[in-house]
Amino acid sequence: MQISKEIVSHTGHLARLHLSDDELELYSSQLNKILEYIEKLKKIDITNIAPTFNVLNLKNVLRVDTVRPSLTSEEALKNAPDKQDNFFVVPKVY
Amino acid sequence: MNKFEPVIGLEIHIHLSTESKIFCSCSTKFGNSPNSLTCPICLGLPGVLPVLNKKAFHYAIKSSLALNCQVSESITFDRKNYYYPDLPKNYQISQYGTPVGRNGFLKIKNRSSNPVKINRVHMEEDAGKLIHDQNGKISFVDLNRTGIPLIEIVTEPDIYSPDEAYDFLQELKITILYLEIADCNMEEGSLRCDANISLRKAGDKKLGTKIELKNMNTFKGIRQALEYEIQRQTILLEEGEKVTHQTRLWDPLKQKTTSMRSKEDIHDYRYFPDPDLLTYEISNKMRNKFKDELPELPMAKRERFKKDYFLSEYDADLLVRDKFIASYFEETLKFHINPKAVCNFLTSDMVGVAHEKKIKLSNIKLTPKNCGKILNLVKEGLISIKTAKELLFDLLNYDIDPEKYIEEKNLKQMNETSEIKNVIETACKENSQAVTDYKNGKNSALKFLVGQVMRLTKGTANPAMVNKLLNEKLNKEEGK
Repeated sequence: MQISKEIVSHTGHLARLHLSDDELELYSSQLNKILEYIEKLKKIDITNIAPTFNVLNLKNVLRVDTVRPSLTSEEALKNAPDKQDNFFVVPKVY
Repeated sequence: MNKFEPVIGLEIHIHLSTESKIFCSCSTKFGNSPNSLTCPICLGLPGVLPVLNKKAFHYAIKSSLALNCQVSESITFDRKNYYYPDLPKNYQISQYGTPVGRNGFLKIKNRSSNPVKINRVHMEEDAGKLIHDQNGKISFVDLNRTGIPLIEIVTEPDIYSPDEAYDFLQELKITILYLEIADCNMEEGSLRCDANISLRKAGDKKLGTKIELKNMNTFKGIRQALEYEIQRQTILLEEGEKVTHQTRLWDPLKQKTTSMRSKEDIHDYRYFPDPDLLTYEISNKMRNKFKDELPELPMAKRERFKKDYFLSEYDADLLVRDKFIASYFEETLKFHINPKAVCNFLTSDMVGVAHEKKIKLSNIKLTPKNCGKILNLVKEGLISIKTAKELLFDLLNYDIDPEKYIEEKNLKQMNETSEIKNVIETACKENSQAVTDYKNGKNSALKFLVGQVMRLTKGTANPAMVNKLLNEKLNKEEGK
């Protein structure tokens, strides 16, 4: 599969990134190079091998349902570019 | 009007009632001040590691079993990617390929042989809450809700009327409440429902274009939104127009749906396995253990109540609707023999008194044994049904023996003819004008006199006997 400039632009839009024409050109060629490598991997026979989602050989790692103290609102909002009355403030979104 | 048939599917999100969030130890408490229940994990700060809440995991398995699903042998979590400020990570941890439960069903009213098919039950984290500034250009974000454990239940498009959708939601809610894994409080958003609806020509196999409906805050609202959509789409189709795929919002004030022009319509979530979370296996042993632990579910209980206690569908439903009342009913039957009498006493009187006194049903102190005794006293004619209701009012909050209580308070019904005759004499003497009125043909005076006797006996006189004896007395005198 080829990563076209349209795909890069669409993916950029989904992440609300504005990409210039030069960037679209650059990223699509870079992404295509990555995909070329994946194409090589695809040549390996993987029938009967389950997908590896994780390399750790751990299963059923769970936590007990107990409450521990949260951050204070001040701490939580410390890095927020904009805040008001303990809320994060963001541009209006629909 | 019946040219078109609606086909409906529902998506229900339910908060699981755990103490802490699904992947971190923040509290799930409702109504805290904004952004006071967050931590680096639910804020989505870099480098943090989510770990699954054991109780949430178990609750999800229980709900899948109660909804007759095949439970997956092993599950994983996936990232659902979308850019919206209600989730600071820009993805929601959800389940895509391996939901906890699949291919289930739920029996509902009038469809016991054709239950509603359930596509899947999966776990996910809730998103935060946005408050949009009406006039300005900003939105306020509260991330307390971010990370509260949810199960999402998705039905197949297997519901064929707004009423069926309503019945399904009622049955689902009661079933989940029986499992004691969620409080299903719609006002607090702990149960939310979206609907898909399309119309097709009656008899067609192929589904029409579907409309997604959001923003319904009550079961009634869901029914109304669906009814509205059927009307709207029918008109479009009858005029030869096309229904276009879109998301519409229900406006409960205007009682109509409006198109939500939103880029969110592009469902391009690019799911992929979440590398932060490992595999969770659900062994046969575990599944069987949870299956054995399931309580008797509402539909089965209703059927048993009808069969064992000869109750109507209506009565069985009233009792079963609340798990506490259903078990209280059966406990009381150990002390009083008549199921219908117990049913009426509980579902109309006790529920009413508890509501009036603002006592939660599960906090009632009156034991089933004492409740049975009250009904026995009525049956033996020792107290009137009116006194029984008063006892309920007085004793609901106490573990007091009603037999002793009526002795102490002199509430025993007056059944002795001679006793009642004495009171009638007094009442007639005190109200000689009423006696004269009655003799002059004013029938309502009799009612007045009965009332006076009841007053003098503080309501304990047997009303039927008072009526009879008073009638006898007045008519006999007249005959003289």
